Amino acid sequence: MSMLADAFTLVAVLAGIGFFAAGTAGLLRFPDTASRLHALTKADHLGLGLVVLGLLPQAGSLADSLRLLAIWALVLFAGAAAGPMLATLTRRTGPEA
Amino acid sequence: MTEALIAAAAAVLGAALLGLLRVLRGPGLADRIMAAQLVGTGSIGALLLAGVATGQAALLDMALTLALLAAFAIVAMVRTAPPSAEGTDKPR
Amino acid sequence: MTVWLALDLLLAAGSLALAFGVVRARRVFTAIALFIAHGLLLTLAWVRLDAVDVALTEGAIGAGLSGVLLLAARHRLARVGAGRVAEAPGRAVTIAIGLGCAAVTAALGYAVLALPDPAPSLAAEVAASLAATELGNPVTGVLMVFRGLDTLLEAAVLVLAVIGVWSLAPDRAWRGAPGAPWTVVEDGPLALLARLLPPVGIVVAVHILWVGADAPGGKFQAGAILAAMGLLAWLAGLARVPPTASRPMRATVAAGPALFIAVGLAGLMFQGAFLAYPEGLVKPVILLVEFVLTASVAAALALLVLGPPSADARP
Repeated sequence: MSMLADAFTLVAVLAGIGFFAAGTAGLLRFPDTASRLHALTKADHLGLGLVVLGLLPQAGSLADSLRLLAIWALVLFAGAAAGPMLATLTRRTGPEA
Repeated sequence: MTEALIAAAAAVLGAALLGLLRVLRGPGLADRIMAAQLVGTGSIGALLLAGVATGQAALLDMALTLALLAAFAIVAMVRTAPPSAEGTDKPR
Repeated sequence: MTVWLALDLLLAAGSLALAFGVVRARRVFTAIALFIAHGLLLTLAWVRLDAVDVALTEGAIGAGLSGVLLLAARHRLARVGAGRVAEAPGRAVTIAIGLGCAAVTAALGYAVLALPDPAPSLAAEVAASLAATELGNPVTGVLMVFRGLDTLLEAAVLVLAVIGVWSLAPDRAWRGAPGAPWTVVEDGPLALLARLLPPVGIVVAVHILWVGADAPGGKFQAGAILAAMGLLAWLAGLARVPPTASRPMRATVAAGPALFIAVGLAGLMFQGAFLAYPEGLVKPVILLVEFVLTASVAAALALLVLGPPSADARP
């Protein structure tokens, strides 16, 4: 059972790192601010979610697991609110600022 | 498992810092704010991995605090961003 | 190369790169945004140095509140039209500054590397005496019991800092509200954040305050989180700052240090030493003082970020 949990953790964390890398690749390659914003908010937060999913079997107690999920929910919420704000800022100030 | 998770933390941090390279060069104001958000998300990811790897619940509290304060800092940056017609603040 | 070394190298390289970016930034706003990112990396560095209490404070105050203080100051100056720097320092001055910073860095590095191994510390004595304080976190034990006088003076310094910042206001603005008000944001992502995040922040702050007795945390970090949440509501125009003449606000800022001093004097009267806690009541007294200090620290930090009262009320 523990081997299964460890394997699940490794797979999920690796997938999470993959999405973080994809987000960075998007940041490095996308041509303008708005598409870079997409890469940042979507890929990075999904990567964080996969990492949290992978860490759930390793957490010591129920309280720790709930805390992990709460942190992810908070980051997701803040990112979801920051995205439109940054997009409006880009539109207001223009790409050259 | 501990070593693997710490390696994962280093990888997450590395990805965030690599992304910084591009975002710093980006011409818009929003790119700079995104740099701070990127470092924030990467730090939180690294802290979660390190916290579970070493069993320290304090690192999870740290990640929670960082999540709140990063959101606050980003809101402040968006709110106080200068309008585009301002030009450069420092002469070169 | 172990994974720990890789992590440390990444943190060091990232911090240096961001610091370089702050110095070389062309706009003040860019420099501040990079400063905030740099503070976040410093937080991780403190965690790697096994100082999670310091990391919490660095994250809350160094990265969060200091960054927003700089942002608000820049915004305020730009509004008044004083945002432009008159002239850049000349080449000779720049080189002198660079040499000075390099010398300080070299001296610090030498001091750290020349420390005897194992470094002298009082950690053993603290660990031995910790049981008498009924606390589990040695940092809190040192802050509130063994070196309680230092904490009292720090709390008092915060009050003096608020007074100092307020005294920067011109006479006609003296009794006004600190910080220009923002236009109210009724809906949209900003309003959503400003309405939903503060309650979460309050819960987290209470948790950090409570857990500080036995694990990293404490009143300073909790107060910083509370100040950040209050400032978030202020940024969305959803909260109005009371004017500096408001007595309840002044009382809140002064209550923490006043209570701490009162506890100290009571210790002098009943136990014979300033700040000696009564036997058997150590933890309740500490918790009470920490609770009131959290409110004072939160108010003081928020007021420091808001700055002196402004003459104009337009955003």
